[in-house]
Amino acid sequence: MAGMIAGRRAEPELSSRTPSFFDEMRAPDGSVRPAYQQLAHWLDNVPKDVLDYRRKEAEFIFRRIGITFAVYGEAASTERLIPFDIIPRILNRGEWQKLSKGLEQRVKALNMYLHDAYHKREILRAGLVPEELIFGNPVFRPEMNGQPVPHNIYVMIAGIDVVRVDPDNFYVLEDNARVPSGVSYMLENREIMLRLFPELFIDHPVAPVENYADDLLATLKSVAPVTSSGDPTVVLMTPGIYNSAYYEHSFLADKLGCELVEGRDMFVKGDMLYMRTTEGPKRVDVIYRRVDDDFIDPLAFRPDSMLGVPGLMSVYQAGNVTLANAVGTGIADDKAVYSYMPEIIKFYLGEEPILKNVETWRCREPDQLKYVLDNIGKLVVKEVHGSGGYGMLIGPAADKKTIENFAAKVKASPEGFIAQPTLALSTCPTFVEEGIAPRHVDLRPFVLTGRDKTRIVPGGLTRVALSKGSLVVNSSQGGGTKDTWVLDR
Amino acid sequence: MLSRTASNLYWLSRYVERAECLARILDATYRLSALPQGYGSETNEWQSAIATAGSVISFGENYKEANERTVTEWLAFSPENPASIRNCLEIARTNARSVRTALTMEMWDAINSAWHELHRYDPKRITREEFTRFLNFVMETSVRFDGTSFRTMLRNDAYWFSRLGFLVERADATARILDVKYHVLLPREAQVGGPLDYFQWASILRSVSARTSYHWVYRESVKPWLVADLLILNRQMPRSLASCYENINRYLDDLAQFYGRQGQAQRLARAMVSKLENGKMEDIFQSGLHEFITQFLTDNNRVGNAIGDQYLV
Repeated sequence: MAGMIAGRRAEPELSSRTPSFFDEMRAPDGSVRPAYQQLAHWLDNVPKDVLDYRRKEAEFIFRRIGITFAVYGEAASTERLIPFDIIPRILNRGEWQKLSKGLEQRVKALNMYLHDAYHKREILRAGLVPEELIFGNPVFRPEMNGQPVPHNIYVMIAGIDVVRVDPDNFYVLEDNARVPSGVSYMLENREIMLRLFPELFIDHPVAPVENYADDLLATLKSVAPVTSSGDPTVVLMTPGIYNSAYYEHSFLADKLGCELVEGRDMFVKGDMLYMRTTEGPKRVDVIYRRVDDDFIDPLAFRPDSMLGVPGLMSVYQAGNVTLANAVGTGIADDKAVYSYMPEIIKFYLGEEPILKNVETWRCREPDQLKYVLDNIGKLVVKEVHGSGGYGMLIGPAADKKTIENFAAKVKASPEGFIAQPTLALSTCPTFVEEGIAPRHVDLRPFVLTGRDKTRIVPGGLTRVALSKGSLVVNSSQGGGTKDTWVLDR
Repeated sequence: MLSRTASNLYWLSRYVERAECLARILDATYRLSALPQGYGSETNEWQSAIATAGSVISFGENYKEANERTVTEWLAFSPENPASIRNCLEIARTNARSVRTALTMEMWDAINSAWHELHRYDPKRITREEFTRFLNFVMETSVRFDGTSFRTMLRNDAYWFSRLGFLVERADATARILDVKYHVLLPREAQVGGPLDYFQWASILRSVSARTSYHWVYRESVKPWLVADLLILNRQMPRSLASCYENINRYLDDLAQFYGRQGQAQRLARAMVSKLENGKMEDIFQSGLHEFITQFLTDNNRVGNAIGDQYLV
């Protein structure tokens, strides 16, 4: 997901570069918003060294549990902690209800779009999205054409990145419909807060998140293949201990009470998938896979993959195993299709989108490309297939040379880029070197779609840009996390 | 349970146990080398430590001479030595990470904290005093890991595989220590009972942490044949070959019952138990202690392989 910056287009504060950001705790007149009343009072009274001490304690605990991630490009042995901010981010019940309705709507539309894209393609006939968006997409999987998936669900687990710019509106920054990560931090952050600040939970009716694993398991079991007998066997498939999110994989497998498998633990025999156990082969029904499409089956996709299971796709196509998420969901979450989401929601659901889209210029269209090049210094330009905050230009923060180089890249292959106005991410009080200061945040709630219903635990992962003025919240770029509280009032 | 999970648990315990054995060997060697001339052996204690650790060949490829510096480096820290203490603990943690879900929080904590601690020792600048602390740290890590397993794990296949790894490694180490030391120390008639002899035998007991046990069991001064008896046949002694196999057999039986079938591993282990139960020191000495131990090491390996073939692949 990308972090963004400063004021909306055509608003005067952008050009003057002194944007007023929406602060989630304090109104512009300095008064505290209702949801934050008790917290603000507590922050005013707690000695700074107590906060400092507890922050250190939190870090110590995280390191002990081994909640680490690896940064690609650094030595294989490097394990880093994601900085944790001890001041929670708070949403009230009304805000959450609106947000979760919007999330449910959006993921429903994503699933319908995917089914349509791999079957009748009515949206193309309606002329609402260009053909290349589907067929020209490198992550489009022809193997999925006409392929039934259980209950037409493609995206069982979605992570939707949202930001706030004012008291009333949530904007979606990005949809993650492949293998979204971060949910372990949502759960661990809450555990840590309960442990370090039990007194805060007495004053705040915080909706629990710990049922996430139960919800996830129920979701996964609900999409088991029809051929599975009795209680379906669910496994979590990881690329292995060197993957940057390995901690999360093992954490979730533990909470789900399922086996944490690697490709080499499984094999295909007679259109069925088995794992090797101490009691001999055991059939696998549902794979919550945290391995990208490209790597799951060397016979179907990248032949050099050591992480997959040869023949897995044939079992999948025979309908004898369910993959969560389905193969080929990448066509629904890249930055090019993002700009069509409002139309996609209207087309499939006949509803107005509840969550807003950030205005997006598609460089593939000549008039929009011209606008982007003319205004590139004011815009955020992103690679359509980029992620993790890499491969993007933040116009207002870049020097002339960088802008020129990036403009040349865009001109060379315009279809690979989109541009957005710099967006005023909201701020939350954060405990940093100089004390408590506002820092920019975003939010990734997790949406679970099963046969029976959609489940969203109240909260999500709040990411925070820790350095002053920064709007890049990615952990690979020095961002931290916060516990996210949804108040039951 | 996934075969890979079982395999990781088994090897995790083996490596932790191996690290402890190496620490004990080094500890005993340091003490022996600290004795004044005339008490120490005529042979090179450091060379014998290398032999006990079973890495004579690879050590020879990397160093010219076995002395305090080279042997300490090789057995404790060397990245070139796949079985150095440091590598054992690294591999143990890698295994532990792969099976996080099968470990209790306490076990993970024991391994993970040890791994962080390990990186605090700088082999280039370590002093003798720090090195003693390092050895203590390794031994404590093993005790802590073992203790957390015992106190926190469910008594199911995960526990049994973890125990089996520990016991197979332990049997191997005990046999090797006894063999090398016995070989080096095999007393000539004239020297039996001399001061040299006494400290040498005491050092064997120290390297398997059995000095006090010896005195409780035999209430005699240290005698070579009694040391051998303690470490081979005495079932009260948790490091003895007999005790290791009594337990290997028991856990393999638990597995067989749990899974409802048995195989080669169970059959081999049972044969080992009856051989050790019926064994007599006189017979073992008569047909040669070295020959007995060589055979034991081969058989122990065979049991390890059978466990591997039956459950871990």
